[in-house]
Amino acid sequence: MRESLHAEWTKLRTLASTFWLLLAATGMIRLTLTATPRRLTVLAAKAAVLTSLVLVTGAIAVFASLLAGGLILPGHGIGPSHGYPAISPANGAVLRAAYGSVLYLALIALLSLGAATALREAAAAIGAVLGLLYVLPIIAVFSGNATLSRHLEQIAPMTAGLAIQATTGLSSLPISPWAGLGVLAAWAAGSLVLGGMLLRSRDA
Amino acid sequence: MKPTHWARIHDSDDDLRHHRAAGDRAGITRLLHAEWTKFRTVRGWVIALCAVAVVFVLLSFLSAFESRYAEPSVPTGPGGEPVSDTYMFVHHALAGDGTLTARVASLSGAHTTLSPTSGSAFGASAKGGPSSQLDPGLAPWAKAGIILEPDTNQGTAYAAVMVTGSHGVQMQYNYTHDSQGLAGAVGPSSPRWLRLTRAGDVITGYDSAGGARWTHIGTARLPGLPRTVQIGLFVTSPVYFAAGGGDDGTPSVATASFDQISPQGDLPRHSWTPDAIAASLYPYLPSASTWRQLSANAFTVSGSGDIAPLVGDILSAQWAGASIVNGTIVALLIVIVLATLFATSEYRRGLIRATFAASPRRGRVLAAKAAVAGSLAFAAGAIATTIAEVITRHVLAANGSYLFPQSGPDLARVIIGTGLLLGLAAALAVALGTMLRRGVSAVAAGIVLLVLPGVLGSQSGNWLMRFSPDAAFAIQATLPRSNLVTSAYTPPNGYFPISPWAGLAVLAAYTAVALGAATWLLRRRRDA
Repeated sequence: MRESLHAEWTKLRTLASTFWLLLAATGMIRLTLTATPRRLTVLAAKAAVLTSLVLVTGAIAVFASLLAGGLILPGHGIGPSHGYPAISPANGAVLRAAYGSVLYLALIALLSLGAATALREAAAAIGAVLGLLYVLPIIAVFSGNATLSRHLEQIAPMTAGLAIQATTGLSSLPISPWAGLGVLAAWAAGSLVLGGMLLRSRDA
Repeated sequence: MKPTHWARIHDSDDDLRHHRAAGDRAGITRLLHAEWTKFRTVRGWVIALCAVAVVFVLLSFLSAFESRYAEPSVPTGPGGEPVSDTYMFVHHALAGDGTLTARVASLSGAHTTLSPTSGSAFGASAKGGPSSQLDPGLAPWAKAGIILEPDTNQGTAYAAVMVTGSHGVQMQYNYTHDSQGLAGAVGPSSPRWLRLTRAGDVITGYDSAGGARWTHIGTARLPGLPRTVQIGLFVTSPVYFAAGGGDDGTPSVATASFDQISPQGDLPRHSWTPDAIAASLYPYLPSASTWRQLSANAFTVSGSGDIAPLVGDILSAQWAGASIVNGTIVALLIVIVLATLFATSEYRRGLIRATFAASPRRGRVLAAKAAVAGSLAFAAGAIATTIAEVITRHVLAANGSYLFPQSGPDLARVIIGTGLLLGLAAALAVALGTMLRRGVSAVAAGIVLLVLPGVLGSQSGNWLMRFSPDAAFAIQATLPRSNLVTSAYTPPNGYFPISPWAGLAVLAAYTAVALGAATWLLRRRRDA
């Protein structure tokens, strides 16, 4: 496992397409699987490396956004002096939104990893994942049926997962913050299980 | 190596010389045929192309299927257009010619509020129902004045002169015609005198600030007006949109004080008849339709509803075209992936070198690729839209939804326009694939360019729906819009912030720029 982890980290570090982590999941798979015949270990290693990387970069990005928001927004009429809750980690909801955003990014990465493993074609995988994320909310907007639209927002990975970022008006959200993140986690888990099953059962 | 260099190398090639002799047209035909063969022979791509059409139709069907609203029949005006015709009417029968004069001393209004709900960043939440509490506020198109009509049926012809909430005095007739009278709001210091005169089937409207000097506002001809008509005072108040309240309107009520009422002409009965003209279609407040006679020639009348063309948002129902939008979005996604892979797979397998060796004019190769991908996406889109239009309208009608009449040219525009939307998107994706060469980055770029703006802009119909490639969805707009009706003219309700062909032109411009950039890059890059 440790060797696998190191191998995955090296691939991620050296591949030109690090930005599109998906590629790492599909590229060079034959070579990797020759070197490490236990395929699920490979997938687990990929998942672990990917998660750690996204957690770290996500935490940095979210911290920077919080800092920027805390500095800029009060000057634009959104701050404690205008009746808005302070954008500071002392505020429980803000803290939850911050942690949650980092977890959201990690779960999206895992969802993508599972999709890429299952589809093998990186371009098709990114189409499927971005489609899943973006298309369901549009369909929710254009379905004139309010109940249907709310249900769609409860099960769509993006709208449900992003509920974790809400700090006000929680009662009007289609789904509560942590339950929403749970929905996204279920999508990620489902995609990884599907990817793992396919990876084990078919040729590289 | 410059392209000219390439050409020089291949001058020695017999095949190429033959090709040149055959002329440019044959060259292009050959290129198109080559690209078509490449597409045709990859089974996955053919399946994906069929999936575009099938998924499109399926999703449109499901969207329509999910929409269940039983709606009463909608009245149609003299021109055959759907109208709202709901108001409080206090009237007299008038035989032959005559005149009704009245002064409007005040006009005030109130509206219900929605029970508090708000959306998340990404879309509508369940709408709250109107509460019973009334908040003060006069709808801009609240109307109070004098109306004349052959009978009190909904959708009947009429001519009216009226004061409005914030559009001054208006003379309106037959729902779609209006002319402007005195500007400014009505109030104790600025009452408005109104007069409506009938001579045969010609109705003339006048207004006056003091009751002495009268100004002609407009004239309406109502052909076939019977000898005995109904003339009287009316008040109505349409759905109210609170400032900053989003696109959810609520029913409202307006109350007007009329005095100095003086009918002239042959009035067979000597008393006024009150009638609340309504069917359950228009969202109005039934309990708000009241009248009180203060003296022989002074009334207070309250009414709720509207006398105007019907626009999409007034009905609770789904806009029929929304199903087509949903189908298009999913088809668009598949088209992006498919067209991108069509362009990039040659790079990945190195086949592009062979392609460019055979056809050194790289710009033409790209053009042929874009043309083949675009035409196929166009065909899939147009066929799917045709089938989806038939199915969704059938399903929606079976579910009891009201469908706005759709003219033949409009239907043709939606079908051809949706095909063009997908075709242009495919050409754009080919250009992106050629520029970025990697399927992953190109698909991501295509989705960010073509789908993401719709996620962010479709709810409100903001600038993204005007300037991003998603402006092209305006080609699917078919609902009537009216200057005489305040409404939420947003994409979910079927209204786009740009005209249909202009919207498609925006996408065409993006595609042209992308193809230009890709051609330039192809010529400049030395490697394949």
